[in-house]
Amino acid sequence: MTVYEPIEEFTDLKPPVTSIGVLGWIRSKLFNNWYNSLLTLATLYLLVKVVPPFIDWAVINGNWNTTGAACHQSKGACWSIIHANIRFIMFGFYPPTEQWRPLLAMMLLFALLLVSRNRRWWSKYLGFAWLAGLVVMGLLMKGGLFGLPAVDSGQWGGLPLTLILSVFGLTAAYPLGVILALGRQSRMPAIRYLTIVYIEMIRGVPLISLLFMSAIIFPLFLPEGVTINKIIRAQVAIIMFTAAYVAEVVRGGLQAIPKGQYEAAESLGLNYWQTMRLIVLPQALKIVIPPTVSILISAFKDTSLVVIIALYDILKTTQSTLSNPEWMGFSTEAYLFLALVYFICCYFMSTWSRKLEKELQT
Amino acid sequence: MTTRKKIAALAVMLILVTLPAMTSWAGETLNAVRAKGYVTVGVNGSLFGFGQPDAKGVWKGLDVDTGRAIAAAVFGDASKVKFIPLTAVQRFTALQSGEIDVLCRNATRTLSRDTAMGLNFVTVNYYDGQGFMVSKKLGVKSAKELDGATVCVLPGTTTEQNVADFFRTNGMKWKPVVIEQTAELAKAFFAGRCDVLTSDASQLAGTRAVSPNPSEYVILPEIISKEPLAPAVRHGDDQWRDIVDYAVLAMIDAEELGITSKNVDEMLKSKNPKVQRFLGVIKGNGKSLGLDEKFAYNIIKQVGNYGEVFERNVGVNTKLGLKRGLNALWTQGGLMYSPPFK
Repeated sequence: MTVYEPIEEFTDLKPPVTSIGVLGWIRSKLFNNWYNSLLTLATLYLLVKVVPPFIDWAVINGNWNTTGAACHQSKGACWSIIHANIRFIMFGFYPPTEQWRPLLAMMLLFALLLVSRNRRWWSKYLGFAWLAGLVVMGLLMKGGLFGLPAVDSGQWGGLPLTLILSVFGLTAAYPLGVILALGRQSRMPAIRYLTIVYIEMIRGVPLISLLFMSAIIFPLFLPEGVTINKIIRAQVAIIMFTAAYVAEVVRGGLQAIPKGQYEAAESLGLNYWQTMRLIVLPQALKIVIPPTVSILISAFKDTSLVVIIALYDILKTTQSTLSNPEWMGFSTEAYLFLALVYFICCYFMSTWSRKLEKELQT
Repeated sequence: MTTRKKIAALAVMLILVTLPAMTSWAGETLNAVRAKGYVTVGVNGSLFGFGQPDAKGVWKGLDVDTGRAIAAAVFGDASKVKFIPLTAVQRFTALQSGEIDVLCRNATRTLSRDTAMGLNFVTVNYYDGQGFMVSKKLGVKSAKELDGATVCVLPGTTTEQNVADFFRTNGMKWKPVVIEQTAELAKAFFAGRCDVLTSDASQLAGTRAVSPNPSEYVILPEIISKEPLAPAVRHGDDQWRDIVDYAVLAMIDAEELGITSKNVDEMLKSKNPKVQRFLGVIKGNGKSLGLDEKFAYNIIKQVGNYGEVFERNVGVNTKLGLKRGLNALWTQGGLMYSPPFK
């Protein structure tokens, strides 16, 4: 019996070092052909040119807690402008002794938003919690009850004002938009034409003109001695504007629902409202989550336009700080900070919408 | 930016059309103000030294203190005042619609505003004028040598028009660099994007003071416009107009009489009949205005005389570092002059 011994051990050959590990990744992702190589090199060059000077300016030479005068002498970034004026930028004219109230109101809002992120906790009670939360927030801001000194809404400002304009604007605009969308699909001509006129008129003018009208022209039409709060006027303009856009998005969703769904509902004997509430809207609204959220995000950013009617939202409080001679000239730092605040809010909204889409499997 | 301007222009036109429909307000303003318990004052909101909140959100400025003086005159309490920040476009409408009782927002008194706009300007609380600032490197000594210069200027104000007029009358060419925000405008100038920065002289001084290197810039001697800045009220309520007018005049007269917030209590014992009438020791002035006899005392005690208010907000020890100039008393070569309080 012959035993065949293997002549030599077979060893698994490893792939060449150039195609695995870090090197392999770099080769396959960054230098896999000549134009990608060129792009990589160009990007690297730009990064080398931009990043070190930026870090130099922002971090190494940055001033974090100095006076404006010291900043003017320094070559680096002047983050002190944020540090020294954070109270005014964040809360505007709200009395300093009472500023825990808007802070608490904002924290309450964030807590509610975080809880609402988890779909398992969606229930009737969360709805009530939101209602109660909004009332408590209003109470905290306005005061005048439970021993809290009243704070006139003229003194509201900064981030709380931005959030109030957005949160109330969006929560009021959404249902109004859905109603408008249904109106546009209505079989009753009067309702249909009224909503079409409304939607097209609002969509035909820029938000800025609505704000101007609410701030400048509207007060002249009121009877003598009657004035309506500037914030409420701006808030109504924002709601009217956003609702028209939401309506068009929702209409898209309604039109995407096959006719069979309506007919099936009718054959079951459901009336109009039952059809809409049980069959059509749940499907339609689900389809339009992505465009709705992008409208909400842009509406959130649009609230900064109230600057032009001198409402002290977070953008205006920052600009006001910049016009103080001590801090004049550090607009780059101040606007970077603002951009960060807006980015955090908008990013939160867009991740939420993506999560929602995934969970609802649309 | 251009749409915004068009809309603003449209808004102003609409306002002008609706103006004749406004009803008269005779005697109503004081009663309305007393009923609500505070004076509503329209202010600038982002003009350092005239009307701007500080880091704590407390209103500061010459115009703001004028508003406080009116509150002190009406209520005997300078804190009974509510400030409403307004943009240049909003300011006159806010007054017309009754949203504010008085406008203290560095508004220039002009004929058309006094008549067609339906406003009444009272005594001027700051005499300003437009000037030019240049870099020393330019080697220019007079504004007449600025032919062909690029000029940084704010859009949509009388400032822009004044520059155009000045260069045209002197037969010179210029190129505007138009930037909306005051702070950005200054930044552009210091970065060398334009040869000349033009603005009201009060602002130029402040801008120069905070530049990276103040000694490198000069303010040229020419003042090319008259900008008498004054508080304004609505047409049709003469009593309210008088109250606002004499609140401003009281601060000027007090400086002339040597009454300050520090010595006002001692001055009550003064034997000078002018001082006695002014402070309400000899009665009569308050009744004529429909106010408390102590109205002038309250203004000086709580806000101060014009000199104090000037030095506190825009004077040489502030960031603006302005000299009195035209705003000195008439006895010291300025234009501040009050009729007798009797």
